[in-house]
Amino acid sequence: MNKSKKCSISIGPIHPALKEPIQIEVLVEGERVKDASFSLGHVHRGIEWMGLRRNPIQIIYLAERVCGICNISHPLAFCIAVENAANIRVPERAEYLRTIYAELERIHSHLLFLGVAAHELGFDSILHYIWLIREKVLDVIEYLTGNRITKAVLMIGGVRRDISKKQIPKIKEMLAYYKKAYEKLCEILLDDPTIKLRTRDIGVLSKEEALKLCAVGPTARASGVKKDTRQDFPYAAYADLDVEAITPDVLLGEIRGDVFDRIIVRLLEIKQSLELIEKCIKELPEGPTLYEPVLQKLLVDLKKVDNEGIALVEAPRGELIHYLRMQNSETLFAWKIRAPTYANMHTIVPMLKDSELADVPIIVASIDPCLSCANRAVLADKEAIIAQEKIHELCVKKTLKIKERLKRWEHV
Amino acid sequence: MGLDALKRSLWVFHINTGSCNGCDIEIIAALTPRYDAERFGVKLVGSPRHADVLLVTGPVTRKMKERLIRAYEQMPEPKIVVVVGNCGSTGGVFYESYNLEGPIDKIIPVDIYVPGCPPRPEAIIHGLAKAWEKLEGMKKCKQQNL
Repeated sequence: MNKSKKCSISIGPIHPALKEPIQIEVLVEGERVKDASFSLGHVHRGIEWMGLRRNPIQIIYLAERVCGICNISHPLAFCIAVENAANIRVPERAEYLRTIYAELERIHSHLLFLGVAAHELGFDSILHYIWLIREKVLDVIEYLTGNRITKAVLMIGGVRRDISKKQIPKIKEMLAYYKKAYEKLCEILLDDPTIKLRTRDIGVLSKEEALKLCAVGPTARASGVKKDTRQDFPYAAYADLDVEAITPDVLLGEIRGDVFDRIIVRLLEIKQSLELIEKCIKELPEGPTLYEPVLQKLLVDLKKVDNEGIALVEAPRGELIHYLRMQNSETLFAWKIRAPTYANMHTIVPMLKDSELADVPIIVASIDPCLSCANRAVLADKEAIIAQEKIHELCVKKTLKIKERLKRWEHV
Repeated sequence: MGLDALKRSLWVFHINTGSCNGCDIEIIAALTPRYDAERFGVKLVGSPRHADVLLVTGPVTRKMKERLIRAYEQMPEPKIVVVVGNCGSTGGVFYESYNLEGPIDKIIPVDIYVPGCPPRPEAIIHGLAKAWEKLEGMKKCKQQNL
C-alpha cells in the first residue's frame, strides 16, 4: 500500500462484545491516524418523547433503562429534578441510602471499565480477574435491592428499600474484600511495565482541550480539571461527606492526560467510593425513607406542580443533567437528558489524532464510552479487509512486542 | 443430559440493536469466571460468518434494522437466533417509541426468547443450552434428509 495515500476506515457500528453501537471513521496514512469523526444515533429509542406520555412514577423505570450501567444515576437525577420542581424534601436517611447505592454503582462501573481496558490491551486474563471480583459488588447490590443490574430502588421523595441493621455486616464484608482486592489491582495495573508502556503518552488530552470540549467526569479529571459534581454541586448526602475531585497527581505527582492517567483516576475513585460507603454506614441517620409512601397521593400532588426542575448528578462517567418542566398535568411538559458520554465523545477526536491504528481501541475505550464497538473495522478502500479481530490482533501484537522488548532490556 | 453430551462448541455472535447495555454486560458476566459459559465451549466470535448462534439484544432501532438483517444473512446454516431481554422479545418499556422497528421477531425469525430486564447470567446460559439442543436437532434432521 502506498504510504502517503490516505484512506478512511469505518469502525462499527456492530461490535462483537460489550456495549452499544457507534460508528467511528478514522482517516489513516499508513498506520498513523490523521483525523477521526464519529456518528451517533444507533441506539436512539426516543426515551424523552416516550417520557412525555407517562406519569412521573412510570418515568423512573424508563429513566433506568436509558443506560444499563448507570441505572442509579439516571433515575436519581430524574427524581432530584422532580423534587426540585415540586419542592419535596427528601428524608435524611433516604439521602444517605441514595449515596450508598450510587457509590456501589460507581464501583461496579469502574471495575467494568478496568476489565474492558485490559481486554482492549490484550490482557484477557486481567479482564476475567477483574470481572470476577466485580461479582462481589453485584452480589451486594442484589442483596440490598433485589436485582443485579436494574436496581429499581429509587422513588420520588426517597428510596423504595431500606437497608436494615442485619444487612450492614455484608456490606462491611464487601468493603474488606475490596480493600484487599484494591491492592492487588494496583499491583496489576500500576506496576506492570507493559501496561505502562502501552498506555503512557497515548491518547493525550491536554487540559486546554478538555476545557474547550467540555469534557466531564474521569476523562476531564485525568487531564487535570478538578471538576466533580459531588464536590461542586453536592446532592444527596455528598455535602456531609467532603468529596474531593481526584486527579492523577495525587498518586504520581504529575498530570499527562493520557490513557494511563484515566486508568489511575478510575482506580483511585474505586477507593474513594469504598471510603464514602464506609462513612455513610457509620453516619446513617434513623428515620423514614420516603416522603410520601402512598403513591396515588404523591401523583395527585405532582399533578398540581407548575414549575421546572434541573438536577446534576455525578454518574460514573461524569456529570449527568436532567431538566424537566411540569405544567399542571399528569404528564411532563418537557424532559431533557444530557448524558456524560455525549460531552465526552468529542474528546476522542484530538486523542486519536497522530495515534497508531493499533491504539484506536484502547483510546476510545479509555473515555469509557457508554457505547463501544470501536473494534470492528472494515477497510473498504482497497481489496484488503481489516475485520474487528484484525485490529484487536494488532493491539495484542503491540503488547507482546513491548513485552519481548522488556525482557531483552532486563537481560542487558 | 451430562456434559459429555456436548459434542460441539457453540460459537456466538452478539449484536446490540439499541439495548441499554444491561443485557450486554450480563452476557459478558455469563462468560467471565463466576458463571463461565466458556467451560461449555461457548465463545463470542467477531464475525457472524463464524457463528452458530446470533445473540440479539435491544428493541431494534431504525438505524440498526438493516445491520441486523445483514448480520443474520451472513450466518451459515444451520443457525439459531436467541433474543436476550424483554425489549427485544416484546418491545418492553420502549413499546411505543417512534424510532423502533422491533420487536426482533418482526424482522428475523427467532428461535429462543430469554425474558428478563435484564435476565440473569444463569438464564442466558439456559437459553444457550436450549439453542444447542435445537441446533443438534436441526443437524440430525439435515443428516437424515428430513
